[in-house]
Amino acid sequence: MRRFASLILFALASLAASAAEFNLLNVSYDPTREFYVDVNEAFTKMWKAKTGNEVTIQQSHAGSAKQARAVIDGLQADVVTLALAYDIDALHDKAGLLPADWQKRLPDNSAPYTSTIIFLVKHGNPKGIKDWDDLVRPGVGVVVPNPKTSGGARWAYLAAYGAALKKNHGDTNAATKYITQFYRNVPVLDVGARGSTTTFAQRGIGDVLVGWENEALLVQREIGQGQFDVVYPSISIVAEPPVAVVDKYVDAHGTRAIAEGYLHFLYTPEAQEIAAAHFQRPRLAAALEKHRDTFPKIETFTIDELFGGWRNAQKIHFDDGGIFDQISGKRR
Amino acid sequence: MPHGYNPPSSAKSVGRRFNPLPGFHRTLGFTIFYLSIIVLLPIAVLVLRAAEVPPKKLLEAAFNPQAIAAYEFSIWSSLAAAAVNLVFGSLMAWVIVRYRFPGRRLLDGLIDFPFALPTAVAGLTLANLFSEHGWLGRYLTPLGIHGAYSQLGVIIALTFVGLPFSVRTLQPVLEHFDPLVEEAAASLGAGRLRTFVSVIAPTLMPTMLTGFGLAFARALGEYGSIVFISGNLPDTQIAPMLIVVRLDEYDYAGAMAVALALMVLSFALLYLLNRLQEWSAKFQQS
Repeated sequence: MRRFASLILFALASLAASAAEFNLLNVSYDPTREFYVDVNEAFTKMWKAKTGNEVTIQQSHAGSAKQARAVIDGLQADVVTLALAYDIDALHDKAGLLPADWQKRLPDNSAPYTSTIIFLVKHGNPKGIKDWDDLVRPGVGVVVPNPKTSGGARWAYLAAYGAALKKNHGDTNAATKYITQFYRNVPVLDVGARGSTTTFAQRGIGDVLVGWENEALLVQREIGQGQFDVVYPSISIVAEPPVAVVDKYVDAHGTRAIAEGYLHFLYTPEAQEIAAAHFQRPRLAAALEKHRDTFPKIETFTIDELFGGWRNAQKIHFDDGGIFDQISGKRR
Repeated sequence: MPHGYNPPSSAKSVGRRFNPLPGFHRTLGFTIFYLSIIVLLPIAVLVLRAAEVPPKKLLEAAFNPQAIAAYEFSIWSSLAAAAVNLVFGSLMAWVIVRYRFPGRRLLDGLIDFPFALPTAVAGLTLANLFSEHGWLGRYLTPLGIHGAYSQLGVIIALTFVGLPFSVRTLQPVLEHFDPLVEEAAASLGAGRLRTFVSVIAPTLMPTMLTGFGLAFARALGEYGSIVFISGNLPDTQIAPMLIVVRLDEYDYAGAMAVALALMVLSFALLYLLNRLQEWSAKFQQS
């Protein structure tokens, strides 16, 4: 049914668009809406100057896994720009839409920008939250989204678990104990990252928001107006939101050249500046150094290093019956 | 008369005689076609896709502890909400039908509000209202009443979306319920309580049960408002939320299993309610 519905939607969309020259659909995750609006404008200009062709880029945003599922079920995305590699892996595993080694086709694990997981607290930091250990103190309310439904929440979970692993020299029992206490302090598990931001920043629930650096900086600098402070923990995870061309669909649409051009464009100094303006950490060293005052250096670990990659992490921690299910059973 | 003509059988001619309106077959055809496309086809797809999964796996997915906890939470919350609406919805219907007062039409219109309001907006608004810094929540939370991110919050939201069902079901029946009947009861010496218990309540009971059933079924499938107010904690997870979680795990079979179980459950409960309603209708006649 879903496939049927998306096909009809697509048919309508392509019918409406048949007058334009070229169309590209970028299926992305939740907090990148504003970022890609700016990227698309810059890319359209660049592409027109370079090739003389007009290109219209459409964006679609929702939770990362939901978006991947829509593409699997027939949403004809030319490129996907999702929150985590596991969701793009699913495009290969479930529907063969792109090759298994998609992540090696672009530099830096196909992630043109990175982010990390940090804390947002109320101005003046009344609870004195400085590091991961402070989040499991009794009486501290921690706001994070539900790792079952949010990509950002999975990065946050892995950051917390990984920090505990590092501190306890790789002792998984100690890390599991830490993460159990962590989620005991969570009063609300929103469905997505934006939901948690609203819960914390606008509804005033909890003492600390654990989430995307870009989201925390956005709230502190542009929404919160001095009501919130950003806190960098001593260590966190390198979150790599990857991008990929969806081979099966670009070949069907004849848009491969534009789709590849679009993704390569994300690595150019121009697009890296746009990323920095939207609080995503640029990959280009020069661009990152230029914005050092926005993105301080912190000690980080990667998912490959501590969790053996996304497939492993997903299976052990987030799938049905995984560690997250086990520890949340203990809440009752 | 063409060759081989057989006079219509008596059963058929009786049927004809009882259908003086033309176009019965055509309209019935459209009805069945419409019902098939809109209702039966999606259900068939659900069942067929579930049938692709080995039954053992399906049963496991439908009845693992997490799923059972979600059904229990959904059913109890929906029953509680439908029960609240049964009492207060019936009261509202009574007030609107029986009394004339300024603002009555406005009140009447407001009842449909939960129908029209997108449920996501309802959920957000209620969460804002009852969360610890919200207008009501700031006074209730110190008293230990958590109207958001708790089961109570879920029940409040489900009561909100279910209200029109109980009022609108009862209203037309009440409108045709002649006050003369009550007067007759009174003139025969029945007190107010007796009139209510033996005359009014039995007459209205079947309709009230229908309203209850509708509100309950609506609540069981509600998703949009609940995701905002339940907090989605493992112990406040409604069954439809579990379906979304399973889909996000790319576990189509698991999602299907929970959906199917929920469907069977709500059919069973609605069937029970229907029987109860028939029984009370019989009781009323005797």
